[in-house]
Amino acid sequence: MAWANQDKTAIVGIGSTDYYVRGKSWPRTINDMAGEAIMNACADAGISIKDIDGIAYYSTAGAGYLDKFDTASLMETLGMPHISFSATLTSGGGGCPGAIGLATAGLMNEDAKYIVTLMALQQLPQHRLGVVFGAHAPSPESSFLQPSGLVGPGHLMSVLARRHMHLYGTTQDAFGEVVMATRANTHNRPKAVRKNPLTKEEYDASVMLADPLRRLDFCLETDGAVAVITTTMDRAKDCRHKPAVVHACAHGGQREWGRAFAWMGMPDPYFASSGHKFTADRIWNQSGLAAKDMDVALLYDHFSPMVLMQLEDYGFCAKGEGNDYVLSGKLRYDPATGKGTNGGIPVNTHGGNLNEAYIIGMTHIVEGVEQVRGTAINQVKDAEFALVSGGPASLPVSSLVLRSA
Amino acid sequence: MAEPIKYGPARVLPGEQIPITTNPDTEPFWQAAKEHRLTACQCGNCGHFRMPPSPYCPECSSREKKWPTLPGTATVFSFAICNKNPANGEDYIYVPIVVDIDGAPGARLNANVTGCNAEEVHIGMKVTVEWTPIRDGWVLPNFRKV
Ligand SMILES: [Zn+2]
Repeated sequence: MAWANQDKTAIVGIGSTDYYVRGKSWPRTINDMAGEAIMNACADAGISIKDIDGIAYYSTAGAGYLDKFDTASLMETLGMPHISFSATLTSGGGGCPGAIGLATAGLMNEDAKYIVTLMALQQLPQHRLGVVFGAHAPSPESSFLQPSGLVGPGHLMSVLARRHMHLYGTTQDAFGEVVMATRANTHNRPKAVRKNPLTKEEYDASVMLADPLRRLDFCLETDGAVAVITTTMDRAKDCRHKPAVVHACAHGGQREWGRAFAWMGMPDPYFASSGHKFTADRIWNQSGLAAKDMDVALLYDHFSPMVLMQLEDYGFCAKGEGNDYVLSGKLRYDPATGKGTNGGIPVNTHGGNLNEAYIIGMTHIVEGVEQVRGTAINQVKDAEFALVSGGPASLPVSSLVLRSA
Repeated sequence: MAEPIKYGPARVLPGEQIPITTNPDTEPFWQAAKEHRLTACQCGNCGHFRMPPSPYCPECSSREKKWPTLPGTATVFSFAICNKNPANGEDYIYVPIVVDIDGAPGARLNANVTGCNAEEVHIGMKVTVEWTPIRDGWVLPNFRKV
């Protein structure tokens, strides 16, 4: 059944800072970067910062993993006169595109007129993201995980990848192809952190950090900020750019995935998955669309195997067939035709978290908006529908379909 | 495809670097471990196993808990091979395993395995519990290849 709020709202503004290699954004502060992203998004939309009257966060209003956004502080810093919507999705990066659904809820409830969703990320030397999980005495719950030495996200993800390899014969070559195929999209992107083409020999020589995962299977660690503005369709028509219409959006997930790799209790086949099957089914039910109807897929790629598992959960290929799908070149974007290769749908035309920048999912929303506007650097020809996913992680995860206006 | 890596012996992480915390729901598990008794949280009403221990049975909503003594054996469900001690970043080969606990269907533990080379660890491998003293007088269940 079609979603009641289908095509009722749109993303009308996108803004970001430069993307800095981890730790290099200092002496800028995290609020400095957040403010620049929000003001750039306002300029892109053609509205004033004083028009912003709502904030829809994700990641429990986290700014990175250690700082928190505070609406009152942002208002006082940026001069928004009043706020009538301030809410967040819980957990972490899984909720990123789901925050656009949260914004839609606020807009449809007539709480606010222009709602910003943002993320800012800054790592100082004493706050290394990759070891955040292992830095302190564990909670009573994580006392059943952390003593095993599964302390970084890469450790956790490698255990899921291993199970997928065992069940379906998935190879590390496929993980490498995810990295290489998306790296091929950054050579022409001025802000991308990794721009050199990647060979299979270079991938194979990458140091093994958590077998079966190599350093290059891990996403970048970047500093920076990204903000997007969502409003109602009637207001969107007055903004500067063609609206990126919110066609379907869902967050959540099922109990079998639950805390996921924060505990490792998932039964098969959920264990060796991205945990996205539930929200994937919801957006396809909301829209009547399927993976094959997408023109481009912006899949949260904190770790390369999670791209492969999302391709399965969203139905780009059947469960267990991700290895062959990836290795057949179907993730690749062909600049000559503006289409995919070998009948595939281009994935992460911006280079993704693995190659462009990691701002906890926001860069995928930005790329989705640019694709359906028709202004992307690696533009997919006649792109009508863009899929954007949140990070495979503890629930909620989330999914978004943007439509060209 | 790159050549498989020869890691050598899988070691358990040093117990003196490992803290845990407990709460009233989880403490019986750790008290049993102090007695070198492997248990898992079982619903006192319907018999469903759940880990980590939690206040309610997700199947029947009962708050009754049982802590049966299990055989102490398990099967490797998945694993990673890690090469740096997370406490200090030094070279250290250890293999975190996720195991299905024998006698407690649906219940898992995350631990280290020893008694073999890291590259020999495989899904489906049988292991038996081996107790590691950790900080504050607690004892951690790790596993050894059978
Ligand atoms: Zn029960």
